[in-house]
Amino acid sequence: MPLSIRLTLNGTPRDIALDDPRVTLLDLLRERLALPGTKKGCDRGQCGACTVLVNGRRVNSCLALAATLDGAEVTTIEGLAQQDDLHPVQAAFIENDGFQCGYCTPGQIMSAVGLILEGEAGDDPERIREGMSGNLCRCAAYHGITRAVQEATRRMDNQRQGDAA
Amino acid sequence: MKNFEFLQPLSAADAVAAWTPDAAYLGGGTNLVDLMKTGAMGPDRVIDITRLPDLDRIETTEDGGLRIGALVRNSDLARDPDLLRAAPMVAEALLAGASGQLRNAATVGGNLMQHTRCPYFMDADAACNRRVPGSGCDARGGAWENSAILGQSAACIATNPSDFCVPLAALGALVDVEGPSGGRTVALEAFHKLPGDTPEAETALEPGELVVALRLPAEAASFAGHSRYLKVRERTSYAFALVSAAAALRMDGGRITEGRLALGSVAARPWRIAEADALLAGAMPDDALFARVAERLLEGAEPSNDTGWKIDLARRTVIRALQMAAAGTPDRLPPLPASPFGPSEVAVHA
Ligand SMILES: Cc1cc2nc3c(=O)[nH]c(=O)nc-3n(C[C@H](O)[C@H](O)[C@H](O)COP(=O)(O)OP(=O)(O)OC[C@H]3O[C@@H](n4cnc5c(N)ncnc54)[C@H](O)[C@@H]3O)c2cc1C
Ligand code: SF4
Ligand code: FES
Ligand code: FES
Repeated sequence: MPLSIRLTLNGTPRDIALDDPRVTLLDLLRERLALPGTKKGCDRGQCGACTVLVNGRRVNSCLALAATLDGAEVTTIEGLAQQDDLHPVQAAFIENDGFQCGYCTPGQIMSAVGLILEGEAGDDPERIREGMSGNLCRCAAYHGITRAVQEATRRMDNQRQGDAA
Repeated sequence: MKNFEFLQPLSAADAVAAWTPDAAYLGGGTNLVDLMKTGAMGPDRVIDITRLPDLDRIETTEDGGLRIGALVRNSDLARDPDLLRAAPMVAEALLAGASGQLRNAATVGGNLMQHTRCPYFMDADAACNRRVPGSGCDARGGAWENSAILGQSAACIATNPSDFCVPLAALGALVDVEGPSGGRTVALEAFHKLPGDTPEAETALEPGELVVALRLPAEAASFAGHSRYLKVRERTSYAFALVSAAAALRMDGGRITEGRLALGSVAARPWRIAEADALLAGAMPDDALFARVAERLLEGAEPSNDTGWKIDLARRTVIRALQMAAAGTPDRLPPLPASPFGPSEVAVHA
């Protein structure tokens, strides 16, 4: 049975024909939609490298079957920056040395965006570390990652307050 | 991964009607898709239940309890104000499980139904009585350090890995199911089965039955002021339990009027012993009492493989969980939910 799904991918509606129900969202993005920014680490839910936002919530794209996602809004690392303006989380990762080799970084950044949207960690480093524990970093850039998330949280809070005023 | 037919029914009745012995219901997929990738599971038909209507709600029932739909995501339940009021230790257990990403996908029904993390169960090439009845058990004498200490059998030494189910068992939760022959309710305590000679029968569900809701009785809220979940892991976060304990006390003027305990990751189901709970009723909380209660709860514990250390660890985990419950539920869940470490005890890079 040919399956087709409609996704809003980084803001653009896309009709996608799936030739196989086994395709995960991760493989769909990387292998079929030319969006290799989302990384494959373990392919088993154990590392967080494949984190994307689905309907505004962070999930592991390696464990999500694409066929289940008809109608969903998906945001990947490619969809964060507005032209040349980096997303505040991207900027904070650069300023705070939130990476070394960079392989885990797209997943870290998407997870951080999701965590900040959840709004429960605030800038408490302990809650940030716990909230980011689903993203492993083999280079152990954890200290910079925590600082980057703290700073991005503050900046986005200020931005929101500025927008509201 | 073996290929399959993919169905997306729009009603519970259609989902049940679509079920065949080679089919699997798909919730968040965080366990099923993983097992399909390893080949441990290979359904011919995958029935995606996430489009079923009305199963994603949390409602207060007429008697003041909570009814939680099977499709409520773990993260949404953990931050639900009614759950936090009625059963904060359930939220603590949820937040101590998996990761933020996984909790956003994982459903209530899928969490109850999740399979053991026995590495030989997950490995399609290993002998495993639970996966292939009669094939043997490679875990026994194999390289698995986290096997059962209670309720294991010659056929299987697996544990149930769910954090969520441990406080639920202590609080007398109920599971509503729909199946080919109608609906019924199963007590969570009787939901997961000890292996005996038939480890393949993981739960009390009949073939084709679908979990539709979880119910928490109103009475659970009477423990809310003194209840904690404590989880000991190999690392601070994002790891399954070695041992965990849910401790809930009802207190009156410094005295315990009723106590409920459950241990996790020690058996194929959350481990409860009514006689251990009974020792708490009417007693003043102190460490000697807690030690006796732990002793009773762990009566008959035996290592499988090299898991003698788990017996000791379980005893200490019960005592510590009881101490934490007696001290009172904190107003806000701690930064490291269910952890034995407070913030200052964790290495912080300045
Ligand atoms: C890396 C990793 C770490 C984890 N750490 C933890 C942890 O620390 N603590 C913990 O408790 N859990 C942990 N988990 C497990 C996680 O909690 C479960 O995978 C999740 O709860 C399963 O829910 P789901 O909706 O994704 O289930 P699915 O994967 O969709 O389904 C799981 C099983 O339940 C069946 N099923 C699903 N819904 C229903 C229903 N309504 N009725 C009948 N059958 C149904 C499916 O057929 C399948 O057999 C971890 C998982 C991963 C991958
Ligand atoms: S312990 Fe149970 S689940 Fe693990 S291999 Fe043996 S039979 Fe299978
Ligand atoms: S690739 Fe998805 S969690 Fe590792
Ligand atoms: S920067 Fe190398 S894995 Fe994280």
